Amino acid sequence: MSTQTAPSMAPGDAARINAGQADVIASHRRGVLWPAGLLAMVCVYLIYAFIAFDVPGLIAKSRLDRGVLLGLDSVAYKVHIEKNLRRDQLEIAVEGERAAVYETPPDWVTIDGADPMTSTVDIDMGSGYRFVIEGSSVTLTGPELYEPLVITSTAEGVEWTGATPDWVLLDPRKVEARPSLFERVQVTSGRILVFRYFWGWEDFWFEFRSPLNGLSAGALWSLAWSDERIEPETSNARFIFDEFWGNPGWQHGDVFKALLETIIMAFLGTVVAAFIGLPLAFLAAANFNPDPVSRFAIRRVFDFVRGVDNLIWSLIFIRAFGLGPLTGVMAIALTDIGTLGKLFSEAIENIDNKQVEGMQSAGAPAVTRYRFGVIPQILPVFISQSLYYLESNTRSATVIGALGAGGIGLKLVETLRTGKDWENTLYIVVLTVIVVVGMDMLSGWLRRRLSN
Amino acid sequence: MTAQTLTRVDQILEHSSGLEKRRRLYSGLFGAIFVALVISGFIAAEEMNSGGFVQGITSFFDYPADIVMETWEAGPAWFGLLWTYFPALIETINMAAVATIFGTVFAMGLSLAATRDLGVHPVLVPIARRTMDVMRAFPELIIALFLIFMLGTTPVPAIIAIAIHTSGALGKLFSEVNENVDRGPLEGMSAAGAGWFKRVRWAVIPQVLPNYTSYMLLRFEINIRASAILGFVGAGGIGSELRKAISWSNGADIMALFALLFLTIMLIDQFSGYLRRRLVGSSFMLAS
Repeated sequence: MSTQTAPSMAPGDAARINAGQADVIASHRRGVLWPAGLLAMVCVYLIYAFIAFDVPGLIAKSRLDRGVLLGLDSVAYKVHIEKNLRRDQLEIAVEGERAAVYETPPDWVTIDGADPMTSTVDIDMGSGYRFVIEGSSVTLTGPELYEPLVITSTAEGVEWTGATPDWVLLDPRKVEARPSLFERVQVTSGRILVFRYFWGWEDFWFEFRSPLNGLSAGALWSLAWSDERIEPETSNARFIFDEFWGNPGWQHGDVFKALLETIIMAFLGTVVAAFIGLPLAFLAAANFNPDPVSRFAIRRVFDFVRGVDNLIWSLIFIRAFGLGPLTGVMAIALTDIGTLGKLFSEAIENIDNKQVEGMQSAGAPAVTRYRFGVIPQILPVFISQSLYYLESNTRSATVIGALGAGGIGLKLVETLRTGKDWENTLYIVVLTVIVVVGMDMLSGWLRRRLSN
Repeated sequence: MTAQTLTRVDQILEHSSGLEKRRRLYSGLFGAIFVALVISGFIAAEEMNSGGFVQGITSFFDYPADIVMETWEAGPAWFGLLWTYFPALIETINMAAVATIFGTVFAMGLSLAATRDLGVHPVLVPIARRTMDVMRAFPELIIALFLIFMLGTTPVPAIIAIAIHTSGALGKLFSEVNENVDRGPLEGMSAAGAGWFKRVRWAVIPQVLPNYTSYMLLRFEINIRASAILGFVGAGGIGSELRKAISWSNGADIMALFALLFLTIMLIDQFSGYLRRRLVGSSFMLAS
């Protein structure tokens, strides 16, 4: 049996409840107003930044089409078919390189005669378009052309007749037609140049002229085990590896070496920083160094080396030690002595002092006290933070390298500077990302294992 | 104690000393491999370097000494240089700030999608996580160089590059914060019939906001360095000025730029450290 009595109200209660309610409403209002005000401030700031960085001007000047071409160039390659009327020469080559000239034309090009200069060169562009080179003119036929477009190269310039859709750039000195991203023709005075694009990275495994170019994985495998040597001096497996490693277009060996340099930079830099930072951290910890002057000095040194940043350190070190991984190691180490030293000293200040006192009361000397009383307590922080910085230093090492310390970063900037071999750039980017992600996973895995 | 229990004790002791021996062997082996790696790494690094360690260490102070000497010769006019380069510094700070704002907004969205049990579709969780991994792994420099090629040498490519990296890095940290929220308020809100938006706004945001803010401040600090570095490849700001000064070997200018950069980083470090301590109580640091 339950009796429910209505709660009786004392005279002041209603007023108190009302006051409390007003309080709640006011705090709610503050809770809404605060973020709204902040949001407004951020918006005003962003408008200022929008004007300060001249975003409208930038959009007007930007070349997004370059991005598309660049993206295409990094995942596709082109075969050049060049007819040079002045030098009397017809050449079919991958990326127009001297080292990759076709001796017999590929099956999508038909030449109906012995002398390529006088015969008709019929190029099947693969998507319904046909480019036919005859004498000094090229005839384009295809789905978007209601009548053939004939472009003729003359001694003074270029002439044309026929349909001219908007993908044809007409200029008396140079005519360029590009029906799609994958087919293109350029005509100037004395020269006709046709490009056909193909997906993929050309000659990635072996150079164009290598006897191994174009072989399937199975064929290579059986070749590696066969006794008939391609080169009498070396075994086939060794030959295959050398051909791959020394591929001049892709420089797998050099890229691998550069990648190794970057990893060495990150690894050694972190190790040196951790092992120099640890003893210094004891000097910066209040519970181990009672002298406030030296403690203050060490802490400011930490702040200084950390604040200058490894980029600036690397610039100074390059002057002294030259280009190379050693420079990167020292730049990373110096910066991280500051960061890790600070972190370690905080960990040391937070240790449980009972273990040290216990050992002291049992008569342990100072070294033993540190070894068994302090180290086990800070070891988890030491290892996990070192691993964390190893991971982040892999990224920093790429950047330092790009500014001159060498390694994969420098290699990357080299390919970017030439602005031509975007597929090499993409290759290096992919490798870098794999290394960074791999480092991330490795350090994460190690940290999880150690914390259990 | 019977003889039997004594042999049991002996067995256990023997077993444990065996374990101890094996543990020592493993840590000894691990230590040996580690030392071998370090030594061979140093030898390799010394070989690959164009200048040697020993000759380098003797000339190490030459360059800093040159810079200091030229600064000394410049006299009081040097302080004028600080003022000359101040607009470049402001530009660098603006780059970092805008990138941090955009990065934080994207990171919030991504981290919400990357957290289980917050009411988003479970398919989104792995997608959001992998997206953040990739955004984090791409070095800012690569994205910046690519965008500079398309957009020209202005600060905007650097801002976009830093914002992308920030979204990935902060998104991961934010989602870790989200995983650790107290579920009580969430359950209370859903018991009272609140919708998804109200649950997130009133039960999750108040819990995670202090941590979010402190991570964001830390990131802002890192981003100032990053935007200075990207200036070096032509993105404007103090980095571009530094590059010019270094290639022309203007000691006084180099010193002025170093001083500005150092002072800014230190000031922001102190300020954000103070704010962070107020927000979350303890100081902590994380790398990029």
